[in-house]
Amino acid sequence: MTANPPASKVAHFTMKNGLEVVVIPDHRAPVVTHMVWYRNGAADDPQGKSGIAHFLEHLMFKGTALHPKGAFSEYVASVGGHENAFTGPDFTAYFQQVAKEHLRTCMAFEADRMTGLVLTDDVVAPERDVVLEERRMHCDTDPGAQLGEAVQATLFTHHPYGVPIIGWGHEIEGLGREDALAYYHRFYTPENAILVVAGDAAPEETLKLAEETYGKVPARGAAPVRVRPAEPPTVADRLVTVRDQKVQQPNWQRHWLVPSCRTAAPGEPEALDVLGHLIGGGQTSVLYRELVIEEKLAVSAWAYYHGTALDQSRFIANATPAPGVTLETLDKAFDRVLAKFLADGVDEAALERAKTRLVADAVYARDSQSDLARWYGSSLALGQTIRDVEEWPARIDAVDAKAVLDAARKWLDRRPAVTGHLLPLDAEAA
Amino acid sequence: MLKHPAAPSSQSAVNVRTFVTPRGLTVWLVESYAVPVVSLEFAMRGGAAQDDPAKAGVGMMLASLLDEGAGDLDSQAFQRALDEKAIEISFRNDREHMAGRVRTLAKNLDRAAELLRLALNAPRFDEEPFLRVREHANARLRHDVNDPGSVAARSWRAGAFPGHPYGQPAEGTLETLAAIERADIAAAAARRIARDRLVIAVVGAIDEDGAAALVDKAFADLPARADLAPIPAATFSGLGRTDVVTLDVPQSTIRFGRPGLTRDDPDFIASLVAAHVLGGHGNMTSRLFREVREKRGLAYTVFGAFYALDHGGFFYGGTTTKNERAKESFDVSAAEIRDVAVNGLGEEELEKGKTYLIGSYPLRFDTSAKIASQLAQIQLEGRAPDWLVERNRLIGAVSLADVKRAAARAFGDGALFTTVVGKPEGF
Repeated sequence: MTANPPASKVAHFTMKNGLEVVVIPDHRAPVVTHMVWYRNGAADDPQGKSGIAHFLEHLMFKGTALHPKGAFSEYVASVGGHENAFTGPDFTAYFQQVAKEHLRTCMAFEADRMTGLVLTDDVVAPERDVVLEERRMHCDTDPGAQLGEAVQATLFTHHPYGVPIIGWGHEIEGLGREDALAYYHRFYTPENAILVVAGDAAPEETLKLAEETYGKVPARGAAPVRVRPAEPPTVADRLVTVRDQKVQQPNWQRHWLVPSCRTAAPGEPEALDVLGHLIGGGQTSVLYRELVIEEKLAVSAWAYYHGTALDQSRFIANATPAPGVTLETLDKAFDRVLAKFLADGVDEAALERAKTRLVADAVYARDSQSDLARWYGSSLALGQTIRDVEEWPARIDAVDAKAVLDAARKWLDRRPAVTGHLLPLDAEAA
Repeated sequence: MLKHPAAPSSQSAVNVRTFVTPRGLTVWLVESYAVPVVSLEFAMRGGAAQDDPAKAGVGMMLASLLDEGAGDLDSQAFQRALDEKAIEISFRNDREHMAGRVRTLAKNLDRAAELLRLALNAPRFDEEPFLRVREHANARLRHDVNDPGSVAARSWRAGAFPGHPYGQPAEGTLETLAAIERADIAAAAARRIARDRLVIAVVGAIDEDGAAALVDKAFADLPARADLAPIPAATFSGLGRTDVVTLDVPQSTIRFGRPGLTRDDPDFIASLVAAHVLGGHGNMTSRLFREVREKRGLAYTVFGAFYALDHGGFFYGGTTTKNERAKESFDVSAAEIRDVAVNGLGEEELEKGKTYLIGSYPLRFDTSAKIASQLAQIQLEGRAPDWLVERNRLIGAVSLADVKRAAARAFGDGALFTTVVGKPEGF
């Protein structure tokens, strides 16, 4: 099998003020996706101010000295564009998708709010309530999400990945205008940002537009340095249980600390990607066949390697038990399946299928300008290069059975992990 | 002054060609070679509305079982065959259709066509996947039992359309799924999978001959006619009523709605424009977004939109707010709805709404899969390919008087049927 070559020439520049620019041409439709990524996320929230990165992302829609609240959104809507923003542990991104003739105006608005944000208490207070409602909706009303937060907080005992992106409720309540502005002034700088334009845009012309807009943002000197406490070595297995009267369908999960695409040895992230797919990617995976089809202990089972992180990351397995099957049974069943996988070795045909699937994903992604913009943007925000992105299919293709087994032995097999149990309130104690 | 008056372009978002295959099937095709990928989307009328109420969920089970073994391939062999070539085939069942989609690398097109043919023409419905798929569906239902959003949607639907298929849960219940046997799945397949109410769209690195071969291989040997039960017109119940479902959570999930216009109503398009300005999905400048979220911080999400089904149209919206302020959130939303019902829209917001709806239309066509999905939907609505231009022309032509008349007809006196899940104060 040969990996597919990159779709087109992706251009990459760095402007005088330090702003990186990536242009991903795709001329099928006269539309562009315009994104700005900042190399900071929830894991860069100051101690005691959890949720500030995400809260600021909301507040970035509240206007600047030049453009009053709502002017940017009104403009995007008036030209039929889509817009939004999102916050991750390691990055924050803002985007608009518009007809190509509106690219320059979007750039001007976005460049303006890199430095021009104006916040008053009368917009900050209601928006804080909005974030608290967001938290209630996505977490406080959902025992499964509450277990997810508890597992994450247990897996990362020291590193801020253990804190939810949206923040803890009691700390969100205390976030104010000054917190948001302090965070904004620290991180929203050209040196800390990446501009990504995908779609009907030519590289040189796009760079020219960027010079006319983002080029006016003064350099601030060096990019801000992210200082995060490192996670200490793990020695303890931990079980985290959420019991809630709303739960009628229990759930089982296990999380391991594993290296990310930035902290792993060469080849290791790809081996973990393939391992995740072999163990838990779809119905032909080892976990699904053993737990769901053969032993009938679960009604679904999957696993996944989350490699896109700046610091040490996670490998996750998840199963929904069949009626009458205890979560302790799944604890043991998972160990048995993993041991069997290691003893039997990797089925070569299954390995080929996993690699085919992963490599095809890179081709399918080329069908979507916004997917490509997100792929390149997130990779660069994590400090990877264009070349890293474009050579990913070839690196997947190079993964062999030994690399997969080595990764499983090194990172999963009898390694300390956090197991999560979601149970009804009246379930028998473990 | 508006900088961007609504000026619908006469250009189509995509270049669609329609043709009839040698075996007589109509295909909408968009040829594009920039990426070596082919997407196919199809839909057959039928869907959950055809489920026997005592066996609600049978259509969902059918759609879930089509990729679980066909022809000589048992479930595992079929799934491996997909994986070997990274071919994606999936089926789903909504209220009125069973639909499916295929995505494949162009080089694997023949294999994709063969697997789709097998799934549609020779599904096995073996005992093992039948039991497994049902257990999985049961687990989803158990998960949703106390999920506020699921409870609210289920309860609202049942209250708005009692006794009508639209009020039935498409995903079934633990009781109805238990009543379904393998023979029911096979019988549903025999009645519903047919050529006569089928729409197909193909997009990507494929020409007309290739698309014809793909489509004929997969669909041409299906039975000529489906055997569907007639569905009565859906009448709306519960206007003016609020049902509270108590659930021990800190936030109330509110869902509200009322009857809407049908797709063939001359005021339908104008009613869509009114709803977009009122609370369109993703519209960060809508009235509900501004009043409920921005001004008062009452909710993270708030929306309202018209849904046109084949046997009735309705307005459906909602928001989620902490229990203490749930009533305020509902009252603010209901007041905005009443205002649009009585006063229609202002000139500037109408123009902005129209410009957005016209200008954003091309964004629905930015990937092969989305283009195929849009083209299938347009066919299901009974439109011709010129709808790609006509839609925007009609929106551009909506006047203040049109929108006022349409809003008055669609929103009436603004009365709503409402479901609130949580521990809301003030209801």
